[in-house]
Amino acid sequence: MAAPEASTAAVPTLYTNNTLRNAFGGVLSFFILLLIGVLAFSIRLFSVIKYESVIHEFDPYFNYRVTQFLTKKGIYEFWNWFDDRTWYPLGRVIGGTVYPGLTLTAGTIWWLLNSLNIPLSVETVCVFTAPIFSAFASWATYLLTKEVKGAGAGLTSAVLLAMVPSYISRSVAGSYDNEAVAIFALIFTFYLYLKTLNTGSLFYATLNSLAYFYMVCSWGGYTFIINLIPMHVLLCIVTGRYSSRLYIAYAPLVVLGTLLAALVPVVGFNAVMTSEHFASFLVFIIIHVVAFVYYIKGILSPKMFKVAVTLVVTVGLAVCCAVIAVLIALVASSPTKGWSGRSLSLLDPTYASKYIPIIASVSEHQPPTWPSYFMDINVLAFLVPAGIIACFLPLSDASSFVVLYIATSVYFSGVMVRLMLVLAPAACITSGIALSEAFDVLTGSIKFQLPGVTSNAEVDAGETSSDTSEAQTDEVKAEKPDDTSKNRPLKKSKKKERELAENPPAKATAKAKAKAEKKRLLALPLEASVISLLLLVVLGAFYVVHSVWAAAEAYSAPSIVLTTRSRDGLHVFDDFREAYAWLSHNTDVNDKVASWWDYGYQTTAMANRTVIVDNNTWNNTHIATVGTAMSSPERAAWEIFHSLDVKYVLVVFGGLIGYPSDDINKFLWMVRIGGGVFPHIKEPDYLRDGQYRIDSQATPTMLNCLMYKLSYYRFVETDGKAYDRVRRTEIGKKYFKLTHFEEVFTTHHWMVRIYKLKPLKNRIRGKAKKSKLKTSSTSSSKRSGTKKKNPWQ
Amino acid sequence: MEAPIRAREALGFILFSLLFSICRSSSLNHLLISNAERRIDLSSHIVKVYLTLKVENAGSTPTSEVFLSFPPTQVDHLATVEALVTKGKRKKTTLVRLDVKPTELPDAPNDAKYFAIYLANPLKSGESTTLEVLYLLTHSQEPFPAEIAQSESQLVYYRDSVLILSPYHIKQQTTFIKTPSTKVESFTRVEPSNRAGTEIKYGPYEDHPPYSFSPILIHFENNSPFAVVEELVREVEISHWGNLQVTEQYTLVHAGARHKGVFSRVDFQSRPTLNGASSLRYLLARLPPRVHSVYYRDEIGNISSSHLRTDSRKSELEIEPRYPLFGGWKATFVIGYGLPLQDFLFETSDDRRYLNFTFGCPLLETVVDKLTIKVVLPEGSKDPSAVVPFPVEQHLETKYSYLDVVGRTVVVMEKKNLVPTHNSHFQVYYTFKPIFMLAEPLMLASAFFLFFVACVAYLHIDLSIRK
Repeated sequence: MAAPEASTAAVPTLYTNNTLRNAFGGVLSFFILLLIGVLAFSIRLFSVIKYESVIHEFDPYFNYRVTQFLTKKGIYEFWNWFDDRTWYPLGRVIGGTVYPGLTLTAGTIWWLLNSLNIPLSVETVCVFTAPIFSAFASWATYLLTKEVKGAGAGLTSAVLLAMVPSYISRSVAGSYDNEAVAIFALIFTFYLYLKTLNTGSLFYATLNSLAYFYMVCSWGGYTFIINLIPMHVLLCIVTGRYSSRLYIAYAPLVVLGTLLAALVPVVGFNAVMTSEHFASFLVFIIIHVVAFVYYIKGILSPKMFKVAVTLVVTVGLAVCCAVIAVLIALVASSPTKGWSGRSLSLLDPTYASKYIPIIASVSEHQPPTWPSYFMDINVLAFLVPAGIIACFLPLSDASSFVVLYIATSVYFSGVMVRLMLVLAPAACITSGIALSEAFDVLTGSIKFQLPGVTSNAEVDAGETSSDTSEAQTDEVKAEKPDDTSKNRPLKKSKKKERELAENPPAKATAKAKAKAEKKRLLALPLEASVISLLLLVVLGAFYVVHSVWAAAEAYSAPSIVLTTRSRDGLHVFDDFREAYAWLSHNTDVNDKVASWWDYGYQTTAMANRTVIVDNNTWNNTHIATVGTAMSSPERAAWEIFHSLDVKYVLVVFGGLIGYPSDDINKFLWMVRIGGGVFPHIKEPDYLRDGQYRIDSQATPTMLNCLMYKLSYYRFVETDGKAYDRVRRTEIGKKYFKLTHFEEVFTTHHWMVRIYKLKPLKNRIRGKAKKSKLKTSSTSSSKRSGTKKKNPWQ
Repeated sequence: MEAPIRAREALGFILFSLLFSICRSSSLNHLLISNAERRIDLSSHIVKVYLTLKVENAGSTPTSEVFLSFPPTQVDHLATVEALVTKGKRKKTTLVRLDVKPTELPDAPNDAKYFAIYLANPLKSGESTTLEVLYLLTHSQEPFPAEIAQSESQLVYYRDSVLILSPYHIKQQTTFIKTPSTKVESFTRVEPSNRAGTEIKYGPYEDHPPYSFSPILIHFENNSPFAVVEELVREVEISHWGNLQVTEQYTLVHAGARHKGVFSRVDFQSRPTLNGASSLRYLLARLPPRVHSVYYRDEIGNISSSHLRTDSRKSELEIEPRYPLFGGWKATFVIGYGLPLQDFLFETSDDRRYLNFTFGCPLLETVVDKLTIKVVLPEGSKDPSAVVPFPVEQHLETKYSYLDVVGRTVVVMEKKNLVPTHNSHFQVYYTFKPIFMLAEPLMLASAFFLFFVACVAYLHIDLSIRK
């Protein structure tokens, strides 16, 4: 209940009535939290304002499609949903392979709104789910940090989290992905764990299991929780911090949490069978042993206890060795040692690039670069060490948890850029603590160094805070100093209370004593404190400016519609939707469309057509088949596609307008993944002296593969030179014809090209003879550069 | 391909049966048409036929009904029939609109369908009058070849009778057919007939008995895009807070010759006149003036290719579909806009309100196969009734929108086969008490009030068992 007292800084000392103070402070922090929520929500709306209310990128389209299915068909149909629109001809059991938390959340919101006769579309609900949950996440951060270092630090952390760029990147309006709700669930689970740890209440322990269940429903990152909490418990036991509160915080979580986690179809028996969960069971055993030891210690005399210990240790060691041996044998017998590929690549960062190209090919699974740290958490990176130090003054159960959390998440973020998202809340919490403690110390020293009576000093402190808030003109920024000013008077007012309560009669002497004491504690000169206070405010302002810039410019693009600003106004490249709309209206509903897996989710969601592979990369062989087809010559590719019953092939081509993430740039991954399963595709065949190029120096294999042909078919006719604006070169082979494919649609800026497989020719023999003749003539005619020649015809 | 064959059979059959029917339809014989001139305009995909009839009463009794007859194949495609009569002499002529209604005649030969024109003043014996008739046919140009490649132009067949099908004796008749370009592949010659420029002239033909028929077939180039809206749902929502929200859902199809084989963007972009000449690149929608918050999107998001031009008398919205529509290609989209309520909602003298709004489709030169107009009245409206200048199917529905409790009354009107001439006004009358406008704000206010009361109560009640 520090927050209510905090507000007294701004209130004249006249109000000594405690209840009134409490009420005022409570209302004030409530409103600040409300504003933080509004800030967290509204900073994520740049994408809607600058672009439109639309689902972003790739995975969100799948989630959107699942949500549509859920709202249309109901929950039971959803669990049993076998999707035959994807992974043709295998299909995919959606109900059993998807984390349902996000879908169920959005579905529930939609259902609730519609039962109140508020006719919002499913799309609108999905678009705004992430911003709403980021508001929840910042409130959860407030609660969590409040458990660690009091309400002032809580409010600071909440503000920081509301606009941390790393989290914004995953939760702008339209970014309808698991992480959007999972971060809230993560923070809230940690909060409830700390709350249980601080109170020892079984009520919170139960809530904690439920929050953990929600987290398991939402995101595969739940394994982070189920490993971090045992680590913390172990840390507490090792450092001699075992208490019954720790037992209550942990034991119910493991039992209830594991039971609940097993209810989620996608987790199921994995909750007890994979290595990710073993740590929790091991610590579960340890904590019981420790609890038992403490109990025995309590009822036995010290001498008897010593005897018992030696007895138990010898027997226990033997049993433990046996159990561990069995466990190791069990684990070792499974091929991946019981770990999933993604987890393994976390433990060994080089694992994926060595063994699983499909995981390595995803850009968000790469290790981050240093600038990306600065981009994603900005000044927090500098505040984190200070926050860690603050956590040690003094070290409590809760603050040790925060230290552990930041340490592990820094490691994980270093492995995979995507896990920067887990680091962000930890960084916000520690930075919030650091900022709040720094303000506390600085304003405290200003207050006691200023001449005049204590009461005046307190008013001054209040004024300083209002000054700082005025200094920041930006509306968004204004909240932070307000909050930081909250925690500053925290100790002060407590101290004042003590003064008032303890020695009202001998006021003067006590004051002098207290002053002297305080001065010794906060021996900072006045000028230094004022300057560092200002510097901190500038630092905060810099963070706010950076966050707003990141939200507005860097992370708001929906990536399905691109814009460029040129001299003659804004250019919109809406080619993806043009192609998907064309597919959905002008092809048969049962046609199969082949494309690289990146576009699978979008094709099923926007065009409603069956795809061969999609972004849920569960079947490496199938993806390798498509990769092989794309890297094969036309005839072989046609046969592969024909055997898969494919009617249309979709390629993304950025050469005309300079869109860099097109299929030609992703092509080497197709070769690698294809070659991993079908050895006749060899990566060196596509590289000239180890260099990937598509100009006249490119290898013949490269110039004859399907991807090259489909991308550059008739490209030369646009400008006469066939200059590729992405690769910044003229392409190698300019004039060629397609024999087995025909162009059926190309979008306005050529970004998406759709080809149709030609049906089998009736007269094959005559054709074959002709092709032989042509092939012989190609080598010469290719040099001369005249039109109409094709080695495959 | 089946439909035209059937049509031809039917027409031929009519021709044969004419001889029998002439003898029977004696009741109509007292009228005769002394001169008939017909102009058929084939320049767009909507066939416009202007018919000038000089009707003479040769019988002894005055009559006020003049019948027009159509073969059954044409009736299915007949969107509208209008008739005007010229009043006054010489330069002071004014045109007066006459009632036209479909009727049945007992002795109709071979399912010929009739429309009756009701004259304002009965035509006395020996008198004559001049009628101007306009009728529009949709889906009457059949693409041949039915499938064309991107670089080919669209050729169509048009079938009609060179002699006007009429229950009356026609003394003299001429038919002019206007084609969109001079490119005419072939046309049936019925002497005297000749072609000059974009016009083919048939006639004059003298003295043909009732129900004379002589089929002709014209094969010509028509590159105007065949924009057909298969289904259009217009929802007009009245809010008494001052706004009229219109939402229109289109299913657009290019009903011309089907596109065959390759679509090459490079050809389409570099030689637009030669390639995809018949493709549908953009559409023009004429919206009411003072339109605001216009949007144009489809189920996967906003479509950025549209331009809005507004001035004080009209607003024009130029929309491009996401991709150019070739024959047989489809596109769906939604156009929505808001309008100031005072331009469209009026009060009658007996304290009722009525909405005055245009019926048809705002897109120009477009055929609508099926139109549904839903007028969503505010919650609490009573006794709705619609007045439409032509027959439509009507029923009532209930719709629940933002925080509705009893639901809003929706007047639903459906009509098939519409052309731009159907863009006339219709009215929906209803009664509404302004107090209903406060229902939802009061509901919200009381809900919040109760919530706060509950909060206060919760804070002041101590439910713990132990003290």
